[in-house]
Amino acid sequence: MVNITINGMKASVPEGSTILQAAQQVGIYIPTLCYHPDQSVKANCRVCVCEVEGNRLLQAACAAPVFEGMVIKTNTPKVLEARKTIVELILANHPQDCLNCIRNGACELQTLAEDLIIRDNPFELMVRGFEKDLSTPSLFRDPDKCVLCRRCIEACSVIQSVNALGVEGRGSEAMVVPTLGKDLIDSPCVMCGQCIHACPVGAIGEIENIDQFLAAVADPDTIVVTQIAPAVRVAIAEEIGMATGELPMEVFVNGLRQIGFDHVLHTNFTADLTILEEGNELLKRVKEGGTLPMFTSCSPGWINFCETFYPDLLDNLSTCKSPQQMFGALVKTYWAEKMNIDPSKIFSVSIMPCVAKKFEADRPEMYDSGYKDVDIVLTTREIGRLFRQSGIDFSKLPASSFDSWMGAYTGAAVIFGASGGVMEAALRTVYEVVTGNTLEDVNFTGVRGFEGIKEATVDLNGLEVKVAVAHSLSNARKLMDQVRAGESPYHFIEIMACPGGCVGGGGQPITKRNQKRIERIDAIYLEDEAMPIRKSHENPEVKTIYEEFLHEPLGHKSHELLHTHYHDKHKKYL
Amino acid sequence: MDYKGIIAKYKDVSGGIIEAFHAVQKELSYLPEEVIVEAAKIFNIPVAEAYGVATFYSYFSVEPRGKNIIRICESAPCHIAGAADVVAALERELGIMMGETTADGKFTLEYTECVGQCQATPVITVNGKPYAGVSPAQVSAILAEYK
Ligand code: FES
Ligand code: FES
Repeated sequence: MVNITINGMKASVPEGSTILQAAQQVGIYIPTLCYHPDQSVKANCRVCVCEVEGNRLLQAACAAPVFEGMVIKTNTPKVLEARKTIVELILANHPQDCLNCIRNGACELQTLAEDLIIRDNPFELMVRGFEKDLSTPSLFRDPDKCVLCRRCIEACSVIQSVNALGVEGRGSEAMVVPTLGKDLIDSPCVMCGQCIHACPVGAIGEIENIDQFLAAVADPDTIVVTQIAPAVRVAIAEEIGMATGELPMEVFVNGLRQIGFDHVLHTNFTADLTILEEGNELLKRVKEGGTLPMFTSCSPGWINFCETFYPDLLDNLSTCKSPQQMFGALVKTYWAEKMNIDPSKIFSVSIMPCVAKKFEADRPEMYDSGYKDVDIVLTTREIGRLFRQSGIDFSKLPASSFDSWMGAYTGAAVIFGASGGVMEAALRTVYEVVTGNTLEDVNFTGVRGFEGIKEATVDLNGLEVKVAVAHSLSNARKLMDQVRAGESPYHFIEIMACPGGCVGGGGQPITKRNQKRIERIDAIYLEDEAMPIRKSHENPEVKTIYEEFLHEPLGHKSHELLHTHYHDKHKKYL
Repeated sequence: MDYKGIIAKYKDVSGGIIEAFHAVQKELSYLPEEVIVEAAKIFNIPVAEAYGVATFYSYFSVEPRGKNIIRICESAPCHIAGAADVVAALERELGIMMGETTADGKFTLEYTECVGQCQATPVITVNGKPYAGVSPAQVSAILAEYK
């Protein structure tokens, strides 16, 4: 421990702490901008400066380590004036359109301006005048708003190992740009949206589809149907002023009815269906000597990654569409028929924790119903905005249940939202199918948790199945390199592009901290535990769809509607 | 031009990408996209990072330029000594504006910061060779050396 004095108070803090960490420990707030709790120290914004006795110059609290006897002052007039000037200079380059900005109310720069009492900026406004990048269906970039903190670059390179972003030029002319200064769509970007969470301001954000949704609701002839991904419920609460996981599912369903959805169904239904299709695909590959290890295919950011960086391994990908796209193909065929609704009148909206899902829904392969299977994708954040726009008070809203035929689900589907969940759900079903025995303890805890790569071996009546689970693409890369080298010991690998799995998806409420992702994971397993049915193959509506429509897993109809194929993206610059 | 061969020569040099870029630029006057992509491959870094290196240093250009790069110092001493008149003479003589390249691809005009030759101002450099105390009248003679 090191003894320091901070604003006149004596404190003892762990050796190696920065001034910022020491201040946090004693409850003193130091403003920051480029600092990110789960990233390396950048120290390029200087917003966090403090006085250290014996130093002529102010020190960056996020970078300067404490030493024995250090005397720190975090709020002297000199410090406050310096911070204010620094933020004023940043604002002098920043478009003053907070009112129209996607991050209005959730912007670190806005908060700084307020905390530092910035009123009349003495510096002349000089907006740099870059063009917006609207080249992808998932993300936009608005470089004029960039504060050059470089947090997006670290998210993209270190966490995701995608390296779609870098710096062009230097000094006052520096700018964060996609590879070779081109548009995002030409870069290796996989559209996971982790850069959105990393960005302190509105320089990167999701492409919103809110207007299309409102137009569909306004049209009396259109039947607006929705599906909700499993990771959405636990996080949507954060958008409406509740604690993570606090909004009960049925109240959420009613909220969706309030904003205009005619039918509320669940992606969890097709998550269960995915388990039957994918579980059987795995068994088939094991029995018939198909390509192994098999990779899960639910995460569209991961699919983009595999198509970009590992096109030689596309045969390892399960041919199963993601639950979103299975749902899309079925809602305009099976469900429309069952409900006696003209599929051309259905507007299918999916509510996702993800921005890559927007890209997935737009893929040309995703028209198997004869229509665009999923018309638009709204992120958890967009739904939060729609709830706030409608002024719904969720504390008073009564519950309402899901609609039928594609609304029932099990605990196995719920856990799709967390890293390891698809694997666990698959094991619950595959175990029973292979052994014919009832699985007494359905909890495969070895594949749960926030560790980057998890492994397990499962004994299926003498058949040893080795599985691995990875979240974040830098971890996926490790497993992929092993497969490429022919050294992978696994049969089945689950990959989720985002940290923590879908709970940490690019469309979730803005969060910098992995700790928040871990809270959401906990909420997911609580929900699973409370479910009466926890194995996908016991979902009654899944049984019905096989009896009446699909007939068997991997059957003819399944191939037509529920399976897909992948393409080498032939990206020029990696 | 065998830019691949040139880049490969620096493969095992530490920080070799900068030297490789200099060597290629000496031949091509600028760093085309293929060069950056190839360098990323050889030095095993992402293209986004190699592009960062190529745009960080003002002596590299990722835009096509002429065979001969003429740089005029725009720092204070040269400015006071009448750099603007030299600029005007160069622009007139070559028929292009600052930042442009002649149609025959022979000359590009660029500004530079102080080149450390303030003993006799204004200063211009052609392909890195300094000409100190340049007057507008000398411009044609200097250009003739490179025509
Ligand atoms: S937060 Fe410390 S320098 Fe940016
Ligand atoms: S409100 Fe801060 S960048 Fe938009």
